[in-house]
Amino acid sequence: MNAPDTAQAAIGAGLPHESAHLHVTGRATYVDDIPVPAGTLHAALGLSSIAHGRLLGLDLSAVRAAPGVRDVIVAADIPGINDCGPVKHDDPILCAGEILFHGQPLFAVAADSHDAARRAARLARVEVEALPALLTAEAAAEAESWVLPPVEVKRGDTPAALAAAPHRLRGEVNLGGQEHFYLEGQIACAIPGEDHTLRLLTSTQHPTEMQHMVAHALGWRVHQVIAECRRMGGGFGGKESQSAQIACIAAVLAVRSGKAVKLRLDRDDDMRITGKRHDFRIEYEAGFDDSGRLLGLKLLLASRCGFSADLSGPVNDRAIFHADNAYYLDAVDILSLRGLTHTVSNTAFRGFGGPQGMFAIESVMDDIARHLSHDALAVRQANFYGDSAGEQRNVTHYGMQVEDNVIAPLVAQLAASSDYTARRAAIDAFNAASPVIKKGLALTPVKFGISFTATFYNQAGALVHVYNDGTVLVSHGGTEMGQGLYTKVRQIVAHEFGLPVDDVRLSSTDTSRVPNTSATAASSGTDLNGKAAQAACRTIRARIAGFVAERLGVLQEAVQFADGRITAPGFDAAFGEVVADAYRARIQLWDAGFYKTPKIHYDPVTMQGRPFFYFAYGASVSEVAIDTLTGESKVLRVDILHDVGRSINPALDIGQIEGGFIQGMGWLTTEELVYASDGRLATHAPSTYKIPAVSDLPRDFRVALFDNANVEDSIHRSKAVGEPPLMLAFSVFFALRDAVAAALGPGARPQLDAPATPEAILKALNGGAL
Amino acid sequence: MSERPIHFYFRGAIRQLDGVAPTRTVLQYLREDAHACGTKEGCAEGDCGACTVVLGERVDGQLRLRAVNACIQFVPSLDGKALFTVEDVDSVGGLGVTGLLHPVQQALVDRHASQCGFCTPGFTMSLFALYENHPECPSRATVCDSLSGNLCRCTGYRPIVDAVPLAYAQPRVGVDRDAVLAALDGMAALPALDYVGAGRRFSAPDSLPALAAACLAAPGARLLAGSTDVGLWVTKQLKDPGDLIYLGAVEELKAIRTDAAGLFIGAGASLTDAFAALTAFAPAWAGLARRFASLPVRNAGTLGGNVANGSPIGDSMPGLIALGSEILLQRGERLRRMPLEDFYLAYQKTALEPGEFVLGLQLPPQPATRHFRTWKVSKREDQDISAVCGAFAIDVSDGHISGARIAFGGMAATPLRARATEAFLLTRPWDAATVTAAAEVLAHEYTPLSDMRASSAYRSRVAAGLLHRLWLECAAAAAPRSLADLEDSL
Repeated sequence: MNAPDTAQAAIGAGLPHESAHLHVTGRATYVDDIPVPAGTLHAALGLSSIAHGRLLGLDLSAVRAAPGVRDVIVAADIPGINDCGPVKHDDPILCAGEILFHGQPLFAVAADSHDAARRAARLARVEVEALPALLTAEAAAEAESWVLPPVEVKRGDTPAALAAAPHRLRGEVNLGGQEHFYLEGQIACAIPGEDHTLRLLTSTQHPTEMQHMVAHALGWRVHQVIAECRRMGGGFGGKESQSAQIACIAAVLAVRSGKAVKLRLDRDDDMRITGKRHDFRIEYEAGFDDSGRLLGLKLLLASRCGFSADLSGPVNDRAIFHADNAYYLDAVDILSLRGLTHTVSNTAFRGFGGPQGMFAIESVMDDIARHLSHDALAVRQANFYGDSAGEQRNVTHYGMQVEDNVIAPLVAQLAASSDYTARRAAIDAFNAASPVIKKGLALTPVKFGISFTATFYNQAGALVHVYNDGTVLVSHGGTEMGQGLYTKVRQIVAHEFGLPVDDVRLSSTDTSRVPNTSATAASSGTDLNGKAAQAACRTIRARIAGFVAERLGVLQEAVQFADGRITAPGFDAAFGEVVADAYRARIQLWDAGFYKTPKIHYDPVTMQGRPFFYFAYGASVSEVAIDTLTGESKVLRVDILHDVGRSINPALDIGQIEGGFIQGMGWLTTEELVYASDGRLATHAPSTYKIPAVSDLPRDFRVALFDNANVEDSIHRSKAVGEPPLMLAFSVFFALRDAVAAALGPGARPQLDAPATPEAILKALNGGAL
Repeated sequence: MSERPIHFYFRGAIRQLDGVAPTRTVLQYLREDAHACGTKEGCAEGDCGACTVVLGERVDGQLRLRAVNACIQFVPSLDGKALFTVEDVDSVGGLGVTGLLHPVQQALVDRHASQCGFCTPGFTMSLFALYENHPECPSRATVCDSLSGNLCRCTGYRPIVDAVPLAYAQPRVGVDRDAVLAALDGMAALPALDYVGAGRRFSAPDSLPALAAACLAAPGARLLAGSTDVGLWVTKQLKDPGDLIYLGAVEELKAIRTDAAGLFIGAGASLTDAFAALTAFAPAWAGLARRFASLPVRNAGTLGGNVANGSPIGDSMPGLIALGSEILLQRGERLRRMPLEDFYLAYQKTALEPGEFVLGLQLPPQPATRHFRTWKVSKREDQDISAVCGAFAIDVSDGHISGARIAFGGMAATPLRARATEAFLLTRPWDAATVTAAAEVLAHEYTPLSDMRASSAYRSRVAAGLLHRLWLECAAAAAPRSLADLEDSL
């Protein structure tokens, strides 16, 4: 509006989020804000109050008799398949007889109001036979209780390498899970249509999967259901598979009653019912030389998956793939255990297992440095992947050559710009003189693989309409959860047509416009959908250019699109005028585009291949302080240097970096999921589960983009940015560990578990027990 | 009192509301009845701020605008007040009709301070209140305090904080205060509210005698002040709290005065006002005041409510007990007073009799020789419930301890004095050896619970740790003695 939005400026411009003016005025509509048809019913769920057992009786008479109640359903009332599992079909929509976790939905109520439904849902009389419950990853491993079989990835002769290593070390650490805490809770509104059809308004990262799941639950075919999402109030992976149960229940109730049904979970129910980031038990044995360079590594990654497989297979696979982070692992043996427990089914969460694998190797690096009394940065640098060109130490444990490695120069640049060496010395001096308050410093790198490991997911479609007046409407398969996908696609489309971004509008994501979409996940939204939209634009542009070229008798290549105008030698007209003429000349002004990521392949059995198109890199330095009397901590300064390739929108990219960092910091510091001994989640509301708040923002927070065009042909040579920055927060955790070590004295390897709450820090200060 | 509709100023006019249950929340009213969906529900317990709205009241002749959580405010508590929501903000100064945004909104856009946008209406309202209350750009600490009740999961907060100076760099606009005050004055002429809806009564007596009479007449009625706790009984436990007697219309109950008797704080004074007075009385309250819940909760909640609620984790009581406060109780015309620690009988059980209400708290004058500190320890700095909240008032004369009052929250079923530690300290020299030995006593004095906030062992160690911190600060040990010291030096 203010700045001149020329085509040339569209790519690389820090434009505001396309909905920002709606966000700040409260005029952006989320599912719960969309006006509903008269007579819409509101649903609520009745939950189990044991972790594991048999459902012997369910007396719902009081529920049915409650004021305003119109319908109550149990598993047997689901006309189609009682399953909403995305991969392995072991996710009952409603309890089918065996209670699998505390909080599992047993039945659903539809009533005249949200309040009436919630009140009625508490009136059931439930008879159960309790069975022993497995609640932790360790308990699952001990019982050999798996949602999916263990996976082992090996390279070289690890036992021999460990035996021959000059130094050997064993370690273990517990890494907590994380609640997504999207501000907008799970919600779906199902509106029955004519002739056995249903329109589903859903807050989801995966409209196509919602469409499929709802059709399966109803016993319908897929073309009977339309799923639509304009925006989510946050997703973070929590609305990939987890939105299906909500959608299916709303749909079944809607079809039974013939009325629109909205299911909006109360926050506490949302936190009890939906899956979270997997917590991990990590154990390792490392062999290394005097410089700290790894010679052999044996690593156990045991996760708590919960009661079903959900996405735990690919999540744990990604943990294996990222157990190298930025480091070359020569002889390595990784065992991945996928524990079945009687807790919520853990799911996708920003990073998708990658963070857990990377945390493991960062723990190893930190321990090696402390064991050798080396600076941790030097040990990390000694282990970096080698130069891509040199073809030394540059093949991952899954057989992929790292061709775009920039970690060494990136870290060197950050170490210099953050004054790492001088601050290290200053902190050591501070600690020597400060008995109660101790400071810590850490620099940690990030290398994150971009692409869905399920290769078939790496495809996208888009539908671009150029209207007669020269305005453009774009649909694509990606969903907007705040990350700015719509904004970036708008810039990409504006660029292709040489239009100001105001002439391009994004429509909601709708399975009736673009079908067979992939989840907006794996940081891939812009890479995939941006390319698909670009392809559609280029088809249309070529037709318009051909039309102009034919009229003028010039080559098509001579027709230019810029500044809202179409020009050629001797020709200069507004885009809208040319388009109107083209329409009258019966030129097709709309088309679909399709994209599939090139180069990638991998064998899920051997876990070898090239699962990733490219890597995104970054690094951060954090300086923290702890109070040794209470374990409280404070992040004092953070410096980040991150690789987003050639940025399409640096303002949005910095937003992803900062937001991801703070979210990762929360995971590793204040966000603690506590399960009671009966399997009940004790931290099921923001009063007890503490995501970062404004005072947790580091006072001194310096974020910069690393100048590094993608070597691969990604959309405008940019790089994915959704997930990688989360792992920048490792520097906070390892700085805290550094501060604890400073209090304990030389050579200490503190037993600090994540999250590093005040209690965890005080425990580590006290040698691991209180 | 008379039965009449609820009156409040909203969207430029006085609205009348009838027929709704007294426990209908302002958020439910906005979203479900008024179909004004800009205000969001994130948690329905006052902990995320997505539902933040601004209330206007006439205070000391001026229009006072304060942010509160709509999700736990009951609709009748709007009576006589002005309600502003996110939809109102761009009409301030007539901007909206010209397609312009309020400076706060424009700055949020320009700083890229929204991502998913779901929390943004709440942030907008907190910043709108901040902007209205500060003619000049406030400090970063004040900005953070104003946002202490708003959670954002996307941005990491930096662009939101940075939006504030940018908002102040734009031409200033403001609410038409005269128009709002005129509407408030019009409603002030109405008789006291005695509202009945859905078979439940909401009485709002407007004087102390009327309150005393109402409590006597309906001893079973629930007293309601800021509804920062009772609100959750309704939204989370789906409880029916029965008939309600609202304290917010009793002006005398909001009195705060300092005189020869010390500091008196009326039970109806908001936590915001009460902590301002406490901090003026004893500066060591400042840190605790900032960490007590969030600004919207402090704006709505009252000190009397925190004290009367009797929660073992209320953060005001340890400090009040350490300072020797008395609680003043009224039943009919009978007044009585007792040391605050005696008010707590057992878990969530107090000495309050049926028909009796808390009139206020009296803090005696403090001796100059007293070392007073109160701290809370929790997982998060902003808006968290204490694992441990401790307070120490140590009197030192001639190098020896002549008085010791120590109280803790989070360590027992009620706020509780550490009498064994106090006894140990008394008459001993005020030195490091005494503190070290006393900390050992303190570490074993309580048998706290283990729960999702902290383990028993952690709580006991932290209690002892806070006594060490007291010594370091009062003995003028070299800084930093706490993270707060470190922050002050930044």
